[in-house]
Amino acid sequence: MGRTLTFKIFRYNPTKDNDQPHIEAYRLEEIPRLNVFSALNMIREQQAPDLMYDFVCRAGICGSCAMMINGRPTLACRTLTSDLPDTIELFPLPFFKLLGDLSVDTGVWFREMGERLESWIHTQKQFDPEAQEERMDNATANKIYESERCIECGCCIAGCATAQVYPDFLGAAGLNRIGRFLFDPRDERGDQEWFELVSTDEGVFGCLGMMACDDVCPKDLPLLEVFAYIRRKVSGMALAK
Amino acid sequence: MRVITSDVLVIGAGLAGERTAIACAKEGLDVMILSLVPPRRSHSSAAQGGMQAALANSVMGEGDNPTVHWLDTVKGSDWGCDQEVARIFADNAPIAMREMAHFGVPWNRVKGGEQQVFIKGKKATITEDSVNEGLITARAFGGTAKWRTCYTADGTGHTVLYTMDNMVLQMGIPVHDRMEAIRLIHRDGRCIGAIVRSLRDGEILAYVAKATVIATGGYGRIYGESTNAIINEGTGSWLALQTGIVPLGNMEAVQVHPTGIVPTDILVTEGCRGDGGLLLDVDEYRFMPDYEPEKMELASRDVVSRRMKEHMLKGKGVKSDYGEHLWLDLRHLGEQHLKTKLREVYDICMYFIGVNPITELVPVRPTQHYSMGGIRVNKDGHAYNLEGLFALGEVACWDMHGFNRLGGNSLAETVVAGMVIGKEVAKYALQTDLSIELGLAEEAAQMERRKMDSLLNGDGTENVYEVRDEIGRILTKYVHIFRTGEGLQTAVDELKKQIERAKNVKVRTTAPGMNPELSTALRIEGMAKQAYTIAKGALDRTESRGAHYREDYPARDDSNWLNRTLVRWPDPDGEPVYEYEPVGLLDLPPGDRGYGGGQMIDMTKTVDEYNEQVDPGQTAKGRLSPSEATGARLPKEAWRAELEGKE
Ligand SMILES: Cc1cc2nc3c(=O)[nH]c(=O)nc-3n(C[C@H](O)[C@H](O)[C@H](O)COP(=O)(O)OP(=O)(O)OC[C@H]3O[C@@H](n4cnc5c(N)ncnc54)[C@H](O)[C@@H]3O)c2cc1C
Ligand code: SF4
Ligand code: SF4
Ligand code: FES
Repeated sequence: MGRTLTFKIFRYNPTKDNDQPHIEAYRLEEIPRLNVFSALNMIREQQAPDLMYDFVCRAGICGSCAMMINGRPTLACRTLTSDLPDTIELFPLPFFKLLGDLSVDTGVWFREMGERLESWIHTQKQFDPEAQEERMDNATANKIYESERCIECGCCIAGCATAQVYPDFLGAAGLNRIGRFLFDPRDERGDQEWFELVSTDEGVFGCLGMMACDDVCPKDLPLLEVFAYIRRKVSGMALAK
Repeated sequence: MRVITSDVLVIGAGLAGERTAIACAKEGLDVMILSLVPPRRSHSSAAQGGMQAALANSVMGEGDNPTVHWLDTVKGSDWGCDQEVARIFADNAPIAMREMAHFGVPWNRVKGGEQQVFIKGKKATITEDSVNEGLITARAFGGTAKWRTCYTADGTGHTVLYTMDNMVLQMGIPVHDRMEAIRLIHRDGRCIGAIVRSLRDGEILAYVAKATVIATGGYGRIYGESTNAIINEGTGSWLALQTGIVPLGNMEAVQVHPTGIVPTDILVTEGCRGDGGLLLDVDEYRFMPDYEPEKMELASRDVVSRRMKEHMLKGKGVKSDYGEHLWLDLRHLGEQHLKTKLREVYDICMYFIGVNPITELVPVRPTQHYSMGGIRVNKDGHAYNLEGLFALGEVACWDMHGFNRLGGNSLAETVVAGMVIGKEVAKYALQTDLSIELGLAEEAAQMERRKMDSLLNGDGTENVYEVRDEIGRILTKYVHIFRTGEGLQTAVDELKKQIERAKNVKVRTTAPGMNPELSTALRIEGMAKQAYTIAKGALDRTESRGAHYREDYPARDDSNWLNRTLVRWPDPDGEPVYEYEPVGLLDLPPGDRGYGGGQMIDMTKTVDEYNEQVDPGQTAKGRLSPSEATGARLPKEAWRAELEGKE
């Protein structure tokens, strides 16, 4: 016999007059290999046609569907209900702007983060369509890729104590992005520029280092390693001053 | 109604849209990008395997060049492509990859010395020349003569899209995300923007521009069972079909990928087979060499999917609760390889179906994957019959893919087309005045408001999700790998009913804001009608070519069907209008692909006779004249040296 699951879902539609945040419960018969993506679709299509949430790839790749599942920030599309108890509580990610029900505006936050960090290769070189590409060691390429794998899901920010207190904190995703460009020999930013970016309370100094972020990151990014690298870099820069 | 103006409006923030926006912004134009979702969540980010470009840096790419790439592409298309466009693509692909390296993509690089690899299923050692150490490397993909697919592990779409979006940030190009274009604003053959619905709060706005670009990706989700992201519902191609004047090309050319996993239909990349993965049947027997002794698992996708289905029909499939499937064997690639170069694949198998590919077989079956067809444009990307409208990427039928696209050619197309077509868009916008016709915009918005009102407050009775599911079921059942006249007729009849049902949908919730059910309901007419154009196009095309395989007409018929299907829908309550045009200039005469083993009916015309009717034939169907003469970019018989040099 399959289980009957109870989904307790946070509901609030900010565009609706007088709507108040509240919890609603929905019941669903569990089927084999059910994940939270399919479950939410079933709930929307059969019980709550106005329920808002975000999925795009439904394959754990695009970072759209992060939410709090029984108190833990994670990707809903790749969470199987068989790994959860009969009662499943779904809340939107904290910290980000709420758009409605389980949908939050991670996109705008990440764009602003990217702009703040100038998340692009800073180089004086012009692209020459006739020339061979510049060489790079494959190990360096792999190292950049390890940090580049972040899918901007926001789980690390939702799980971070500092971010809840300092809204300008860059969070693990932001620090990881700095690491990605620090590792990249194509980026010509000098120590001074990096130092100004990271050596603030919004940067590495705000981080308490308890690594909740590392624990929740669904892509298993090497956050620990990246932070250590940035810290070493920053102290080197500070000493050089 | 709020009206937002720019020089160029780009609808779509995937790779094709963003690369176009960058090309236009470089010319100093004011560009606005719209997207259903934050740009980095666009479907391009889900592409795993890689992008083809003839860089020839790896020893396995030795002797490769754009001509060889072009030959593979034309053969892959089963001669259905526009050979000049395929040429523009192949010539520019290496530049595009290098430019992406310059922008910041961490491409995997050549490592000098001996490397352990798999070739045709067997362990082999290759020696990379240390002279090429550090240049962009490549892996094998289906239907290619060389290892030509550039990659970053199996997260290629992700890194390339993130890098592209970094450029968008650097250039300060605005992106309005959670915005859905729902109708084009146009009059007298000129497009001046689009009516847009906000998926944040339901607001209706007008975006007015000198040039409008559609880069909205594929429509796979109309099939229901698809490897595509769930937002790929054909809203962009619908914008064009809805005008009644812009044709969609080759809608019946739908690619089914050999390896969607069972259940969930999530893709595992062709790179799995490129890197040495094997297909096994119920007896764990490797069957592909029996069908395709030359290319084996790495024939083109249409062929591999067909062979898999054929083998399952012989009773060699594996039965499961989720229907029949075959196995993909990756075990011999080893833990190291699966956890680095195929890490997304490893994660997908572990998380979604609980299969560990290091020790277990992965259940796979052919699944809808890519739309070769789409908005028909000339080689500059300019839409037929509607000045000021451009389209590129998966949504367009530019037409380098014909009836089957090669793996790795689509992601590469988005970037190359963005470079090439982006320049044409810019050129057009620079010489055009902004025409803000508020009355016209208001009229277009009014039509959408009326539609919403009737969905919300009318006396319809149909449930939108049921109609959507039924459309997907019909397409998946009758318009898939194997097609027959009888099945396609059933599909056409059944889909006609769905078009009627779609008109009679009632939305159950009147909640303000984005209203997810209303959003789907607004798309359903477009889904039903596009499904119909796919089925009807397939019914009328009485031959087999590439992905379009008719059991009752198994031969490729170059005497009657060496053409492109064009479909328009002028009367919303009537039938669509079908026409055919020449595929484009033929340089490589139609011949055998070297795999697939199909029959052929030769053309009755000579190549010269065929080529003479290309320009007049296409112009008669509404093609706007391109910026340079037809054929200007197609070097005559460059392939001869290549093919003859080999003998
Ligand atoms: C799982 C998978 C793996 C793949 N792997 C490969 C590969 O390895 N190599 C390869 O060559 N190809 C691959 N492909 C194909 C390739 O990824 C796509 O063809 C390509 O990414 C399409 O890019 P695009 O820019 O045209 O569209 P997309 O990336 O799909 O972007 C479409 C954009 O349009 C927006 N949009 C859509 N409709 C509207 C609207 N109405 N209003 C406003 N905005 C809208 C969306 O929000 C999005 O931003 C793969 C495809 C799939 C499904
Ligand atoms: S270590 Fe703690 S404080 Fe620092 S980013 Fe991670 S969760 Fe936040
Ligand atoms: S670092 Fe990990 S948790 Fe944070 S946004 Fe990136 S992928 Fe998500
Ligand atoms: S929907 Fe893309 S990660 Fe979940």
